[in-house]
Amino acid sequence: MAKITMREAISQALMEEMDRDPNVFIMGEEVGVWGGSYAVTKGFYDKYGPKRVKDTPIAENAIVGGAIGAAMAGLRPVAELMTINFAFSAMDYIVNQAAKLHYMFGGQFTVPLVIRTVGGGGRQLGATHSQTPDAIFAHFPGLKVVSPGTPEDAKGLLKSAIRSNDPVFFIEHATMYQVRGEVPDGEYLIPIGKSKVQRAGKDLTIVTYCKGLELSMKAAEELSKEGIEAEIVDLRTLRPLDMEPVLESFKKTNRAIVVEEGWKSYGVGAEVVSGITEEAFDYMDAPVLRVAQKEVPLPYNRALEQAALPQVPDIVATAKEVLR
Amino acid sequence: MKKEQLLDMYHQMVLVRRVEERGMELYQAGKIGGFMHLYIGQEAVGTGLIAAREDRDRVITAYRDHGVAINCGISADEVMAELLGKVTGMSRGKGGSMHMASVEKNMWGGHAIVGGHLPIAAGLAIRDQYEGNDNVTICMFGDGATNIGYFHEALNLSKAWGLRVLWVCENNQYGMGTAVERASAVTEIYQKADGYAMKSSQVDGMDVMKVYEAAKEAIDYVRKEGQPYFLEIDTYRYQGHSMGDPERYRSRDEVKKWHEKDPIGVFNKYLIENKIASAKKLSEIEASVEEEVEKSIEFAETSPEPGMDELFKHVYVEETSA
Repeated sequence: MAKITMREAISQALMEEMDRDPNVFIMGEEVGVWGGSYAVTKGFYDKYGPKRVKDTPIAENAIVGGAIGAAMAGLRPVAELMTINFAFSAMDYIVNQAAKLHYMFGGQFTVPLVIRTVGGGGRQLGATHSQTPDAIFAHFPGLKVVSPGTPEDAKGLLKSAIRSNDPVFFIEHATMYQVRGEVPDGEYLIPIGKSKVQRAGKDLTIVTYCKGLELSMKAAEELSKEGIEAEIVDLRTLRPLDMEPVLESFKKTNRAIVVEEGWKSYGVGAEVVSGITEEAFDYMDAPVLRVAQKEVPLPYNRALEQAALPQVPDIVATAKEVLR
Repeated sequence: MKKEQLLDMYHQMVLVRRVEERGMELYQAGKIGGFMHLYIGQEAVGTGLIAAREDRDRVITAYRDHGVAINCGISADEVMAELLGKVTGMSRGKGGSMHMASVEKNMWGGHAIVGGHLPIAAGLAIRDQYEGNDNVTICMFGDGATNIGYFHEALNLSKAWGLRVLWVCENNQYGMGTAVERASAVTEIYQKADGYAMKSSQVDGMDVMKVYEAAKEAIDYVRKEGQPYFLEIDTYRYQGHSMGDPERYRSRDEVKKWHEKDPIGVFNKYLIENKIASAKKLSEIEASVEEEVEKSIEFAETSPEPGMDELFKHVYVEETSA
């Protein structure tokens, strides 16, 4: 087991898949000569050349639309959207084309496409560059939406995404590229659509993913000092959502909170809470509460921004509330 | 061109028209649902253009796609079955009028978001460039699509990357009910290609032979030069934008004027005057089309509806629990 950063994990996944399959290629803004705006594809252009590492114009419709066409015709593009905030410009291609072409043409077309993108706040980039709108993308049948919280999962899930014959929207977090974690030696895959217990516990269940995992792990350590053992279920994939480990954990702890970085309204937490209510109502000892972003566009000022984002103390306090 | 090919083109044009005229009746009888956009009046465009392609050249178009589907070799049976929402349609009754396609016939849809398929066309051409072949992707769209952002991004990318795309604007004078001069800053649409340093030309789309010649030249250019090309084909749709169009935006006289240049009439005259076929031979073709269309309706009407298992099929390629 080697300890590597999230950035290295994603980079390794891309490189391994490009080495394995000559039909895998990357296209996006500044992925080539620049080396990727988050340095994930540093060195790729020199290794693979301009045919397989394509610098595109700043034109999100051309990036995702072009990648869809190439995928329909038999290639395996990994299209990079510099940030998830720019995905709105390409919304038609993500939700109206990629998610529907296989179904709408009765299975004639397949779109083996990965869209890699970067979301999340906390870098003082202002309201248009700091969003965590993951739930929007998870709304559409036909699309798979993945958002890992550890280097191990990022690597294994990205490799699965590239091999998937369905379009996968792969969300990374802007503040997590330096997060370190152990990854297995040698090649491994992690299946899309499987939630995972990342920390065992008996007193309550914390359901989360991506940045929320990092925060929830810290919160669990705090709680542990007070004798409260939280079990953490990491969704990893938002669609198709695997509720089984969530329900299994909840049936044991009877209490849960959901932690997400996006806004609370119509969010991932709302979906998880509904699922628990529908499937495990009889096991419920307290209302399931949500920790999420305040309902404001994220401000630039550091203190204001941090106040709007979910923090470790919020998780600790909410956990205690459901344990009262 | 050989006599057989010319007669086949005549057959296609008459077939496209009759499939749609009968389709109109079926729509009015409530057997076809949703939107239906008819190609009647524009038959020379798809027929001449696609006659000029090789089978390996890809075709992709917008939602006015029944004619193009037939031009690409999809049978009237399958077109009619898809219109009636039957499982024997090429999209298994899940696509409908606007979503006809056949990978086998190199016909990549049938796309219903105006301009949305232009970047996808560029993507199809990316594959061919990646493979190192010289296949051409023929992308058809209406005049209305040249005003939307997708158009700009797709044309720009195709020229910047040297993609083999033949961009074909079917200028039928109106984007829905808005005339070209009311919607577009540039009314000579082929001139928009200048903004991308792309070669372009314009041709009369009511004359299938002129369309064929222009398309042949354009396809040859794209194949040889490894560059995109922009071809504007001027035409006219006789029917409304879609079924149930009140047509307040144009006069009867205008429609009548275009009827005088009817593409089937023009081609009929050409074939007789050049002694390629007798009037009798052409009548025989028309009669055979009647039979073919009749059979296609029977095929569609007697075909099964998609089973309820189709509802959840094809959401994903890979089975998922959700």
